Amino acid sequence: MTRPPHAADRPGLNLFVCIKQVPDSAQIRVHPVTNTIMRQGVPTIVNPYDLFALEEALRLRDEYGGSVTVLSMGPPMAEEALRRALGIGADHAVLITDRRFAGADTLATSYALASALTTLGREQPIDMVLTGKQTIDGDTAQVGPGIARRLGLEQLTYVAAIDRVDPLRREIVVRRRSEGGVQVLASRLPCLVSVVEGLNEVRRGAVADVLRAARAEVVTWSATEAGVEDPMRCGLRGSPTVVRRVFAPSPRQERAQMVAVTGKRPSQLADAVLDLVLTQQPKLEAALADGPVRRNRP
Amino acid sequence: MVEHFDAIVVGAGPAGTAAALVMARAGLDVLQIERGETPGSKNVQGAILYADALERLVPDFREEAPLERHVVEQRVWLLDERSHTGAHYRSADFDEDRPNRYTILRAPFDRWFAAEARAAGAVLLTETTVTELVKDAAGKVVGVRTDREGENLFADVVILAEGVNGLVGQRAGLRKELDPRHVALAVKETVFLTDEVVQERFNLKGEHDGVVIEAMGDVSAGMVGTGFLYTNRESISIGVGCLISDFQATGTAPYALLDRFKSHPSVAPLLKGGEVKEYVAHLIPEGGYHAIPELVGEGWLVVGDAGQFVNPAHREGSNLAMTTGALAAETVIALHRQGTPCTKAALGSYLRALEQSFVMKDMKKYRGLAAMLHGNKHFLTTYPAALSRAMQTFLRVDGVDKRTKQRLMVQDFKAARGGWWHLMTDAVKLARAWR
Repeated sequence: MTRPPHAADRPGLNLFVCIKQVPDSAQIRVHPVTNTIMRQGVPTIVNPYDLFALEEALRLRDEYGGSVTVLSMGPPMAEEALRRALGIGADHAVLITDRRFAGADTLATSYALASALTTLGREQPIDMVLTGKQTIDGDTAQVGPGIARRLGLEQLTYVAAIDRVDPLRREIVVRRRSEGGVQVLASRLPCLVSVVEGLNEVRRGAVADVLRAARAEVVTWSATEAGVEDPMRCGLRGSPTVVRRVFAPSPRQERAQMVAVTGKRPSQLADAVLDLVLTQQPKLEAALADGPVRRNRP
Repeated sequence: MVEHFDAIVVGAGPAGTAAALVMARAGLDVLQIERGETPGSKNVQGAILYADALERLVPDFREEAPLERHVVEQRVWLLDERSHTGAHYRSADFDEDRPNRYTILRAPFDRWFAAEARAAGAVLLTETTVTELVKDAAGKVVGVRTDREGENLFADVVILAEGVNGLVGQRAGLRKELDPRHVALAVKETVFLTDEVVQERFNLKGEHDGVVIEAMGDVSAGMVGTGFLYTNRESISIGVGCLISDFQATGTAPYALLDRFKSHPSVAPLLKGGEVKEYVAHLIPEGGYHAIPELVGEGWLVVGDAGQFVNPAHREGSNLAMTTGALAAETVIALHRQGTPCTKAALGSYLRALEQSFVMKDMKKYRGLAAMLHGNKHFLTTYPAALSRAMQTFLRVDGVDKRTKQRLMVQDFKAARGGWWHLMTDAVKLARAWR
């Protein structure tokens, strides 16, 4: 792929994209006995939101010059996700992997990633960090903001479009999806942008890109190499979040029932439904008869 | 920039990966191209892995490869609608240090196998489809074109390990379109059950022991085909496959055939309570020796399913794929070392290597079987039913004396096939197809 020349009037952008390798949620199964998530044999994919972030970074690079570095924290097999990103067109890839990272919650994850970004930033000062709005396996949407806070970056979340970037004036204008509308925000570089789905169409790398990706060495850093200062803040030990229980929601169809009720007045309909509920839940009637139904009042 | 390799392998199934692995180990510059997202994501098999072929390529595969269970018991069932007559063979000898047969799941297995080739130095492109072969002015294959933007990729030789359909070879005019009488369509479900349940239902003593069942008769509903049921670590693979031409002629829906097999009284209890995790369908080349296409040409070779290398009688395929892949690789390595161009004549040594290996010997041994069954479907309908009736007559204790029972059984067999003559010609046919 031809890269735009890095001319003097185009200072270029140092773009960093944080991606995560996640199990394909469409194929996850919950173990019927232990109720734990069975990851074995479940195919992994790059978190789909992160691919939109990567594509957005590639577009910025193609327009303004500069480079795109993808970064991921994960087990050694997460290298595949990074290689995939290289095949789509990223310039560099760094995997931070260490036993001490295992079991990290969002707090510990953003600490480790921020440490690595700080280390990378010494070589190439960060202009922008891009991520997906959230992962499909954790759904927290906290890691991006965590990184921004730790690195002191302007924080632009749920971005649906990047309207303008001015690398010289260090300005950026984005459209942000918010409840009930769209906000147009002007901010400064360096910043963190987390993107929503569908803000672009992810490209397919050319033959040269996938060949380069297949041959590339993915840089692999341990916690120390990544510049983590306090290993106690990584992984399980650095994670205050405790998962108390994991369970599979029971399918709704089995509980829900289509009920044929005749009559037009609401009270008739209510009576019919109540009858049905009481027939199916005989204990309920007794419980109701025992005393007044407790309601939550403010 | 023009990319030139010593060899390009089209496909990352067992055949392609074996070829890539052997060539990469010999120091050749190998490019392997796979259309799936990962090797194995498009590949389907029952699946039984025969250790021998793999062991020759990766001697310590047992320590690393994702294997499900090793087979300690083989069952062969002849089904009628409500019964099965079976032969079971279980031996503690199969519980050995280096077991001979394993059940596997192809997605993780192929991924592992391809990683071996990559570790040996082969370059693997995934999510990339080879759309056509690039030829020079003289018509020699010199490279491939892919569906990605950019330059063509060049090589001294292209190994077509593209699987049963062989679309690249077809498009390049190297082979004909598949004949529906030479291809089976198999459908398979993976039914999730816990390890404990699998062990209990199949009388197994651990999470590494497994049972496989091959079923004939009613399972194919009068068509030429078979059914199978394999135990995995935490699931059961169950499927049926019949010739495409038979599906066409009868209008049977493959999923209906599988549902019927799953609800057979001998099968249903084995699957009870299981959750279907996966539903897949795939073509299996079953045309045998006579259906083998041209295997070598100017600058190209064919290996694995693309060369129809499947032995339906013994349910072997992936081992033939690995062996043909390795033999093709050795041919290319020898030519590469001599500096000989990969012309059709030079690549002929691959054909000679095939003739000497078990692959071609087995393909030849069963060359008549497919055609014989195609023209004699009663082997799969009349006999299993007659056998089942005979067993019932034999086993029911109902006041009829044994000599009379014997006579009834013989009479029934005779009547089923319309006399002694037909029974005898059937025996001859079967013996000739099998000899």
